[in-house]
Amino acid sequence: MDFDLTCEQKRIREMCRKFATEVIAPRAEEMERTGEYPYDIITQMASLGIMGIPFPKEYGGGEGDWVSMHLCIEEISRGDVSLGALLDVTTSVAGNEIYSFGTEEQKQKWLIPLAQGKEIGAFGLTEPDAGSDTAALKTTAALEGEEWVINGSKQFITNTGLDNASIIIITAKTRVEQSGRTTISTLIVPKGTPGFTLGERYEKMAFHASATHEVFFDDCRIPKGYLLGDIYEGLAQHLSVLQTGRISVAAISTGLAQACLDEALTYTTKKYQFRQSLLESQTIPFKLADIAMMIELSRTIYLKAAWLKDQGRDYTLEAHFAKLFATETAKKIASDVLNMYGLFGCLEKYPISRYFKVAKLFEIVEGTSEMQRLVIARKLLG
Amino acid sequence: MEFNLSEEQIDIQKAAREFAQGEFDPDEASDYDRNGQFPLKILKKACHLGFIGVHFPNRYGGQDLGLLENILVVEEFCRQHSGIGVALGLSDFGSEMILRFGSEDQKKRYLPPIAKGESVSSLAYMEEDQTDGFSFFSTLAIRSGDGYLINGKKIFVVNGTLSGSMIVLCQLNKARSEDQVALIVEKNGDKPVLSMMGGQIGMRMVPMVSLTYNDIKVPQGNLIGEEGEGRSQFVNFLNEMRIEAAAMGVGIAQGAFDLALTYARQRVQFGQKIASFEAIRNKLADMVTRIEIARSLTYKAAWDFDRNGGNILLNYMAKMVSAETAFEVADDAVHIFGGYGYIVENQIEHFYRDARMVNVFGESGQTQRLLIADRIIGKI
Repeated sequence: MDFDLTCEQKRIREMCRKFATEVIAPRAEEMERTGEYPYDIITQMASLGIMGIPFPKEYGGGEGDWVSMHLCIEEISRGDVSLGALLDVTTSVAGNEIYSFGTEEQKQKWLIPLAQGKEIGAFGLTEPDAGSDTAALKTTAALEGEEWVINGSKQFITNTGLDNASIIIITAKTRVEQSGRTTISTLIVPKGTPGFTLGERYEKMAFHASATHEVFFDDCRIPKGYLLGDIYEGLAQHLSVLQTGRISVAAISTGLAQACLDEALTYTTKKYQFRQSLLESQTIPFKLADIAMMIELSRTIYLKAAWLKDQGRDYTLEAHFAKLFATETAKKIASDVLNMYGLFGCLEKYPISRYFKVAKLFEIVEGTSEMQRLVIARKLLG
Repeated sequence: MEFNLSEEQIDIQKAAREFAQGEFDPDEASDYDRNGQFPLKILKKACHLGFIGVHFPNRYGGQDLGLLENILVVEEFCRQHSGIGVALGLSDFGSEMILRFGSEDQKKRYLPPIAKGESVSSLAYMEEDQTDGFSFFSTLAIRSGDGYLINGKKIFVVNGTLSGSMIVLCQLNKARSEDQVALIVEKNGDKPVLSMMGGQIGMRMVPMVSLTYNDIKVPQGNLIGEEGEGRSQFVNFLNEMRIEAAAMGVGIAQGAFDLALTYARQRVQFGQKIASFEAIRNKLADMVTRIEIARSLTYKAAWDFDRNGGNILLNYMAKMVSAETAFEVADDAVHIFGGYGYIVENQIEHFYRDARMVNVFGESGQTQRLLIADRIIGKI
């Protein structure tokens, strides 16, 4: 057993922490308030090689591992979660899917710019009637000659609205077998393809800097070669990269929870400076102790899941544990810290108000807590 | 024992529910929420039908009823829309200081416009660095001529942008900490300097402001009660307010629950209504049970206030349980909506935000637990 990070992992974590503290955190309030995406920050992240950490050099990557990638996601999210989510979708999900299932040509064409951070990827699974029930999708893709013709829609698509979003990887029904079973496949749709349109940007409770849209496909034609991976395994492929995404959401939530603790320590020590020493009371110090403990547990389990992935081992259970625990924990921590602030915590100029509103999101995205429990239970019961 | 509401109370509840259902337009509400704007138009209609100040005597524009009747209205309003409900509920904020302790002249002057919706009332009490209750204010009232001069700063003032006249709690001279006064600062007199406190996560239709008082002159006739009574009046007011805030919590929880239940019965996933899944059924059962507990405790506190003048322990408990229930239920409700719950248009996320802010409005549960403990443990 070895719980120490390697020199390289430590270097990446330190680099990201410094970047988040110096560059991201000072801009976070403005990003949330204006909903404007910080393209300059993305460019800087790209030049640090952050988006490509786990991919090989030949694809524009950093030859690192998934542990490093997730340490990075945690630190970036400590500065701002919408940037953490960008890494999740671009690297852990979209980039990962092309890397894992794409042809050499597809990797050259799409993975390299994603890994270099020059382009941003998006991932489309959810539809109006297919939320947790991912297989209930209605979007279709029919092969006509050398082209797929796509019709349907996807919703809650993170990052699709960004100027530098290049592709969206979607699932669609590609054929109906004689048995009546439908085949679900994965397709890469470049933004700007005729017949591909963005709906209105969603007005969300928070997470404003992340441009989330519904997307529509109306006789949208893409070349036959944009099918990703095995035509029969589209849903399985899509769900398998979401497994990595779960580790990422856990890392985002851990970074968010850590940011809450940072706030709590600053605020409570300041508030009690001229009063009884904070340590003489128990209510808040005990809460702080619980918070620190929960964060360490969140971090440990997401790192274990990432390590298992790096070892090429099954990490299903750990990914679900991590996603479930870290997201529920972050929501609770954000709420507890807001309590310490009292009414001040409800003012949007204080970071804790932002942390509170956004924490709830991660319990829902990439599989609600119920879906995590369902998978864990099924795994236990065989 | 009698757990039934009276016929009159049921009528009031029903009338409030129908009014809210008919008048609280969701799109309009989202606009008010987005813009941090008080729903004055709706307030006027509510006042016209007698829903505001139901606990004021008839001669001051009220219905001559008690706190229980007042909170039945507040609950129904919050149930229909957490933002509008809270705003209307707080439109008479602080008026009880005058209702319970003011002179006949003060009541006649200030209460009827509040009940008519011509004036939205306010009470300025919070200050910076005030961590141990309200035992001392740094805002000072100094006797001067035939009145007082106020100097100091108040924060988180409710309705500060709209308020006609406003009650301000001050320390009298530099005397003992108990020596506090409640003074009415009139809208036509000297004005404090107002600044907005900034965007809020919830209760957005009630924008909070800070007010700085520089030698603000108040005539003697605007003192509520006697010098030195400010503190006890305020404690009494907070008691009543906690019960009203508890009712807001109950209403918010019920409103969020109503929407989640409807949604769970309609939404199909995996070929079934999601209400048929045990994970959702368990949640709904917990939600409705928590609401019943919060409501029972809140009604009991209100009943006790009307009958016996109030039991502080019950008030703390009611506010703590109801506000925490509101948040937990709203949280579960958003969760049942899934991704849809996070989108403003679906009208559930505001319950989550409003519940959280109502939770820390007044005292947070953290403080209330310690206050309850103080009461039950006593000196040791």
